[in-house]
Amino acid sequence: MVGYLVKKDQNEESRELNSRFEKFIESVILYALFFISIFLIATFVFFEKYILMKSYNLTHLEELEAEAIYILREVASQFEKPALLFSGGKDSIVVAHMARKAFWPAKIPFPLVHIDTGHNFPETIEFRDEFVQKIGANLIVGSVQQSINEGKVVEEKGFNASRNALQTVTLLETIEQHKFDCAIGGARRDEEKARAKERFFSHRDEFGQWDPKNQRPELWNIFNGRKDMGEHFRVFPISNWTEMDVWQYILKENIEIPSIYLAHQREVFIREGVIMSTSTFIQQRENEVTTNMQVRFRTIGDATCTGAVESNADSIEKIIEEVAAARTTERGTRSDDKRSEAAMEDRKKQGYF
Amino acid sequence: MENSTINKETSSYLDMELLRFSTAGSVDDGKSTLIGRLLYDSKSIFVDQYEAIEETSRRKGDETVNLALLTDGLRAEREQGITIDVAYRYFATPKRKFIIADTPGHIQYTRNMVTGASTSNLSIILVDARQGVVEQTCRHTFISSLLGIPHVVFCINKMDLVDYSEEVFEKIKKDLEAFSSKLEVRDIHFVPISALRGDNVVNKSKNMSWYQGSTLMYLLENIHIGSDYNHVDCRLPVQYVVRPQSDQFHDFRGYSGRIAGGIFKKGDEVVVLPSGFSSKIKSIHIYNSEIEEAFSPMSVTMTLEDDIDISRGDMIVRENNQPNVSQDLDLMICWLNDKPMINGGKYAIKHTTNDARCIIKEVKYKVNINTLHRIEDDKVINTNDIARITIRTTRPLLFDKYSRNRITGSLILINEATNETVGAAMIV
Repeated sequence: MVGYLVKKDQNEESRELNSRFEKFIESVILYALFFISIFLIATFVFFEKYILMKSYNLTHLEELEAEAIYILREVASQFEKPALLFSGGKDSIVVAHMARKAFWPAKIPFPLVHIDTGHNFPETIEFRDEFVQKIGANLIVGSVQQSINEGKVVEEKGFNASRNALQTVTLLETIEQHKFDCAIGGARRDEEKARAKERFFSHRDEFGQWDPKNQRPELWNIFNGRKDMGEHFRVFPISNWTEMDVWQYILKENIEIPSIYLAHQREVFIREGVIMSTSTFIQQRENEVTTNMQVRFRTIGDATCTGAVESNADSIEKIIEEVAAARTTERGTRSDDKRSEAAMEDRKKQGYF
Repeated sequence: MENSTINKETSSYLDMELLRFSTAGSVDDGKSTLIGRLLYDSKSIFVDQYEAIEETSRRKGDETVNLALLTDGLRAEREQGITIDVAYRYFATPKRKFIIADTPGHIQYTRNMVTGASTSNLSIILVDARQGVVEQTCRHTFISSLLGIPHVVFCINKMDLVDYSEEVFEKIKKDLEAFSSKLEVRDIHFVPISALRGDNVVNKSKNMSWYQGSTLMYLLENIHIGSDYNHVDCRLPVQYVVRPQSDQFHDFRGYSGRIAGGIFKKGDEVVVLPSGFSSKIKSIHIYNSEIEEAFSPMSVTMTLEDDIDISRGDMIVRENNQPNVSQDLDLMICWLNDKPMINGGKYAIKHTTNDARCIIKEVKYKVNINTLHRIEDDKVINTNDIARITIRTTRPLLFDKYSRNRITGSLILINEATNETVGAAMIV
């Protein structure tokens, strides 16, 4: 009996053990499953981009770049003697950068042209010369000062005198003199309302004039660069870019830019609410007091018509944050646009950039 | 690798997709208000811009700030209070960057709508809730379908003026569905909105609890655009041949262009048309970095294993998937010029990276774009007309049907005397 009892006990014990063991295994499996699934979900979330997004999609910057490079190659194919208008500003730097990419490993198959008003910020000119040397491009300078000396244009007088409008004459002359049949520019449609109506391939008649009401329709990615003798085209590869896109691209591609885009200490004075850099080209009124401020330039034109903004953005990342928060357009500091509501349209009709 | 230094917040800006859309509507449908609303609510209108149009509106004696002045950039447009030309506007949300082709809704400006639609992924068509489906609605829908826009969003606007009525919305929706069934529109959406009051534009409306769908902005941000490009039929129209005159790259011969379809991989067997020579892809470059595969709409430079004579206008394709080759083409054409098309006339054409000439062989019919009926007795093609024609080209073109590929299936006609672009054509 005793033996039986003991046996039974053992049996019971072993059964109990068994069931405990089973439970243990069960929970281990459950836990394992649980952790495995968590792990899978986590990997999925983490690598989602690579698992799902193997779908063939470009980012907006890649797509904008592909479009611009396509247009630059189209220019090189459709025109006999194109040129790239290079001001040393961020937009033309970006265009020149993409031109390098478009024709690599060959060099850019056209020269860079700078219309020099003689009123540039010294930093811009310094940058221009270094840049041109680095990429091994050919630089042609059209000088407004020379046009003035030759009596082709007359310098404006007074406190707000600017050579901005005079550039058009020098630009058209340079185009004519070198027989350029296409001038590539860095203008963007989001900059200004008249530019919003501009084509990628913009026709200019033999006087260099733009006829905004009679533009060729531009469909798909087919660009019509046909023209008669003496006429030329302006081509704008970054038409579809915004200020933000330009800065993001500069960051992504690690492109060098003139130092005055970054925040720095500068001698300035205030004129009609705009922070102007002191310069030998500007006549200051008596009540316009020179001070020192931490500023940067959002856009670079002539020293005489480009205002600065107060800023601490001393890196591209910080500029992007600043642009994201900005409540005024970049050309808001350009007095050349403020002369009238259609200031840009009028200048463009005559052949301005 | 240069990107590694970019901080997280900034890098999110670098990760966005691009959506191009066009807007169309009749006069006073509230199109400008809608665009103004999208720009305003996404904080894309700047203070100085707003002040400038506020000032102009006040000077003109308008009661409210006229947001149309934002897009009407030309002097003539502002003076006449109408939009003449396609205006491009830009805004971005953390998810996507948007390009709006804002096209005028007047009857004489069909060509602008065709222009704006030609590059769009999506078309917004505005319908006045009080008027329902009118001729212009049909016209806009037809053009969107003709131009192969993958997504169409009907915005039933001014819902506030019909008491946010569900019946009104449903009635218009039904009418639009009936009309659209006759067309080839792949993906259709309907959103009841009030652009003026902001209902269902960016924020969900509290006035239309019966509407369970997405807001317009949600659609714009989330609609799947990954399949809008053809990733099946490999096509590289050769745009430019890169031959560096340098010692380092002495033997480099690169074929540059924008991929018009399919996915090319390094090592793929390819055929060059029209010559028919085959070779293998040796490398694919974007600038100085080599990539493994290339797809539409990338701009790349390709090198091949064999030395073949290739020039601009040739096309690199896969052997078992080749485009049509023909001198006789069936087209749907939209006439863009004031001078009527000359039946039997000769025009220059541009197709992908190819130039050729053509003669107009036959006008089969015109389309009444309001009713979609065929007009077979009137064969004079005037500006803004849409017609089915046949042409013969001076040399064979390498093409796909437009419905298959918007890049290899489209071409333009040019008047050889004036150099104007006079016709936009889709290959049938």
